[in-house]
Amino acid sequence: MSSVEATPTIRKTALNAVHRQMGAKMVEFNGWDMPVEYPAAIGCGIINEHMAVRTGVGIFDVSHMGDIRLDGPQALAAVQHISMNDASKLAVRQAQYSALLYPQGTFVDDVIVHRLGEDEYLLVINAGTREKDFNWVRDNTRRFDCTVENLSDDYTQIAIQGPKAVNLLQKLTDADLSKVKFYWVTRGTLCGLSNILMGRTGYTAEDGFEIYVPADEATSARVWNEILVAGKEFGVVPCGLGARNTLRLEGRLPLYGHEISDTINVWEAGLDRFCKMEKPDFIGRTALEQAKSAGVQRSLVGLEMTERGIARDGYKVQDESGREIGYVTSGSPSPFLKKNIALAYVPGEHSAIGTKVRVEIRGQGVGAMVVPTPFYKRPKKSA
Amino acid sequence: MPYPTDRKYTKEHEWIQVNGNTATVGITDYAQQSLGDIVFVEAPKVGAELSAGNTFGTVESVKAVSDLFAPATGTVTEVNADLATSPEKVNQDAHGSWMMKMTLKNPKELDGLLSAADYEKFVAEEAGH
Repeated sequence: MSSVEATPTIRKTALNAVHRQMGAKMVEFNGWDMPVEYPAAIGCGIINEHMAVRTGVGIFDVSHMGDIRLDGPQALAAVQHISMNDASKLAVRQAQYSALLYPQGTFVDDVIVHRLGEDEYLLVINAGTREKDFNWVRDNTRRFDCTVENLSDDYTQIAIQGPKAVNLLQKLTDADLSKVKFYWVTRGTLCGLSNILMGRTGYTAEDGFEIYVPADEATSARVWNEILVAGKEFGVVPCGLGARNTLRLEGRLPLYGHEISDTINVWEAGLDRFCKMEKPDFIGRTALEQAKSAGVQRSLVGLEMTERGIARDGYKVQDESGREIGYVTSGSPSPFLKKNIALAYVPGEHSAIGTKVRVEIRGQGVGAMVVPTPFYKRPKKSA
Repeated sequence: MPYPTDRKYTKEHEWIQVNGNTATVGITDYAQQSLGDIVFVEAPKVGAELSAGNTFGTVESVKAVSDLFAPATGTVTEVNADLATSPEKVNQDAHGSWMMKMTLKNPKELDGLLSAADYEKFVAEEAGH
């Protein structure tokens, strides 16, 4: 569980040596050698990293995620065909959360769609689905007049997240970040590099940016270190996948393979508001219409443990009599709320807020309750 | 780090400190470092009969559940209730945070456990892999 050598076939981001130098605990995640947390000796560890993002600022290497660019006169039509949200609503430099669906209305992946130019779109996708997504996008957009490029290896992507993220990043760029609203992007000079894409996006349920810099090791390390220096006054810490998971869980943000997958549909996952059925057509639309008429059988709910115990991924959910009714998709202690929380699929009749259930932990049913999600919502900034 | 010589150690990273026919058990500093932030300790019940090498409870970090293995055979006499409310104490001072006390059915079992020096060597090898 410590800094073991990665196996030869595992992939590494350009910042891998930096993480190891900092003493990060490394773990394999979807074929990538990634930091799960940084050392307690430098003020890190999952809980400290999590709290830094909620109260100050933390930075993440998220270069393992993928990037697909569509460019050309029919790029919008291509995106509209494969993506469930309505990309025609995007102004240039605006972004939206969406998903790519199979014809059955289930998930290929979730994605953030960025409109970078008149006819230029960037899809940022999950690490574990890089190849699958690229093939899916390319194969399903052949008839549209646009290029489809896999730019995943071209960028080191760093997420800067927390209430102080904008203050930190502003020190390093000439772009006026106060003009960039949440889910919008800009370009500017960053750490002396010109025309760097910076998006006000993230996966932590906090304010923040994701920046895309050239993927060579020297540039990547320099930018990472400059961010840490600039962020000292805000208490910046490097954050790993451990905190990334607890942060997104508190915010009810789905993780592919857990809350969303190729066997789960949009209604079950509760992602209705990102699915624009009024669009004339997109892959999965017909199946979703049918699924809606047939009635949705199960729902993703939030659980809070009411008795002592931690619900974890895959644990069974039972009704009060001990009968198995569902399962936990993601579960963990919540460092900010200081409770043990989980997301789970249960039948519709058990999904009302306040419903008492049990989670099977090492053979015993432990009390839990259905609670509203997201578990955490960031405070509204006062003017 | 030098491991206290007033106790013996197991390859599962528990320590056991003997006082006549009773013993105090906890986990080592190496264990707490490997686990990261400890958020939950599941202790055995007083009166539970334990067999050397079998699990007697669990310790959970944010990300994972780890079994605790009984270093010796005997009966649980006391459990540290503090760890139910403040599990982070194990991170702060693993060698000073006892988890349970037990009677020893067969004190000679401990002859097979590691001395502080042997445990240090064992940990150095583990960390090097």
